[in-house]
Amino acid sequence: MNRINKKLQEDKKLLSIYFTAGYPNVDDTVSIIQNLEKSGVDMIEIGLPFSDPLADGPTIQTSSTQALKNGMTTELLFEQLKGIRQSVSIPLIIMGYFNPMLQYGVEDFCKKCQKVGIDGLIIPDLPVDVYNDYYKTTFEKHDLINVFLITPQTSDERVRYIDSVSDGFIYMVSSASTTGAKVGFGNEQTKYFERIANMNLNNAQIVGFGISNNDTFTQATKYAKGAIIGSAFVKYVTNNNLKSIPDFVDDILKSK
Amino acid sequence: MSYNIDERGYYGEFGGAFIPEMLYPNVEELRQNYLKIMAEPSFQEEFHALLKDYVGRPSPLYFAERLSKKYNTKIYLKREDLNHTGAHKINNTIGQILMAKRLGKNRIIAETGAGQHGVATATVCALMGIECIVYMGEIDIARQAPNVARMKMLGATVVPALSGSRTLKDATNEAIRDWINNPVDTHYIIGSVVGPHPYPDMVAKFQAVVSEEIKNQLLEKEGTENPDYLIACVGGGSNAAGTYYHYLDNEDVNIIAVEAAGLGIDSGESAATSVLGKEGIIHGSKTLLMQTNDGQITEPYSISAGLDYPGVGPMHANLYKTGRAEFIAITDDEAMTAGLELSQLEGIIPAIESSHALAVFEHKKFKPEDIVVLNLSGRGDKDLQNYIDYFKL
Repeated sequence: MNRINKKLQEDKKLLSIYFTAGYPNVDDTVSIIQNLEKSGVDMIEIGLPFSDPLADGPTIQTSSTQALKNGMTTELLFEQLKGIRQSVSIPLIIMGYFNPMLQYGVEDFCKKCQKVGIDGLIIPDLPVDVYNDYYKTTFEKHDLINVFLITPQTSDERVRYIDSVSDGFIYMVSSASTTGAKVGFGNEQTKYFERIANMNLNNAQIVGFGISNNDTFTQATKYAKGAIIGSAFVKYVTNNNLKSIPDFVDDILKSK
Repeated sequence: MSYNIDERGYYGEFGGAFIPEMLYPNVEELRQNYLKIMAEPSFQEEFHALLKDYVGRPSPLYFAERLSKKYNTKIYLKREDLNHTGAHKINNTIGQILMAKRLGKNRIIAETGAGQHGVATATVCALMGIECIVYMGEIDIARQAPNVARMKMLGATVVPALSGSRTLKDATNEAIRDWINNPVDTHYIIGSVVGPHPYPDMVAKFQAVVSEEIKNQLLEKEGTENPDYLIACVGGGSNAAGTYYHYLDNEDVNIIAVEAAGLGIDSGESAATSVLGKEGIIHGSKTLLMQTNDGQITEPYSISAGLDYPGVGPMHANLYKTGRAEFIAITDDEAMTAGLELSQLEGIIPAIESSHALAVFEHKKFKPEDIVVLNLSGRGDKDLQNYIDYFKL
């Protein structure tokens, strides 16, 4: 069974952390992953940097631009991840835009993912239909889960459709926004969380966007199986030593 | 085989809508409604009335006698430079503002490179009394001050794009991000035949008025609707799409697409996407784009701010791939020389984008009896400083 599905069976709320590979320094990838696992994080999203990240706000844009300047490439990321499964056992997901994967070759990309021990992919600009028609069999052949997104604007009908083609979890974008744009949740989010929770979907939901501290983590996981922190963590590693990553994670999980 | 869009939103293998789920409702709303709205008689009536009385259409199809004599062929110029705001861009913004109104949107966003599309968008927003926000790369804002002032005078807010390379592609990213953050009340007026389906088709259909007029005007002047050649410059490709539209599937008419070679194809400073690009995804569309081996989008270069886009519309990617159109790359120097030549032979100062199209006559020999129609997509007023600097006028 894929590590993601195994993790989702655990009787706890899950914390997933996103970071941009190659940032702040090109060789930080392995150290960040190891520190996150050591801190008690349940799942990690490794951001493959892209020159034009449409769905991301300034924090992740800046980290991506810097990572590319630092020399990060798809090939280098796979190189860095080569021995990762000797020291890390939590699920690892690569999150990135479709064009770099297309240039690498989708089949080769999936093959490499499986080889280094990646469990899933999040590709915001790969539409569900295109995935189903052209890439699903390739992903499945390499035991990769493709995670789809829903937003407050996604209709019930489309949520059902996305649920029907998902395996693992659904990435629930908390508000109509780019990453890091909004902090905290209001009435609209609560209504949306309740709406989705009441749909009794087949797949678990993990909430992302707008989560930055214990308070927002607790609110999101009241309705969902877990939550994802991205921009807040990228900001944290910008300003702090990687060795202090456990402090960041402790703050998120403190009163759980 | 048709060179027009298919029911899935593709031109051959190019096109589609590679968008994040956050944009799905916006794009889907447009996709489900655009053809229906465009077919409404009241829409067509309003669209054509504005094109006639506000834009000044039909634009003349002018027989350029002295230019024809020099190149020993029959050259007609489609005078889009005479439109209100000085270029073909306004055909699309008029269409899209009427679309936005019918979709019940009360906030308009747009991207702009040199500022021409930004001005055309700010103009129609002023006309309709709708809020207008234009994203423009920080670097472009600095080098296109007069157009920034125009947009402000028209009441638009110009927001600098500070991300990435701070030029057109980044302004487009920022506009898309704005749309993600404002999914309900906002319509995004894209300025070219790029972006996710249905944008390339919708923009092409609004610009198609150009080839519709060419057919009628040519019939009157030459007794045939069909020229032997159509020539247009291609950045994203909206003036070209309009020029070709009604001739796409008529293979008696040869199509020439002119790209900006910048300092030369192999110089590293070029915008000739068909030659230098590879298949990939840019701004939600599968097309040809300039990128590194690792799939990172690169920054193109051309002396013409309207042609330095790293991608090309999916219609044109397909015209290139299938060989339906002949693609010619013109350098900065060739374009500037052609611009000066038209000024002095015909008394028309062209936009530098259009000067690229004009430079084809030095590149390719036409027969004396050939009828060649060239889209003079814009006037040169905005480029005067460039011409002054280049020719030390």
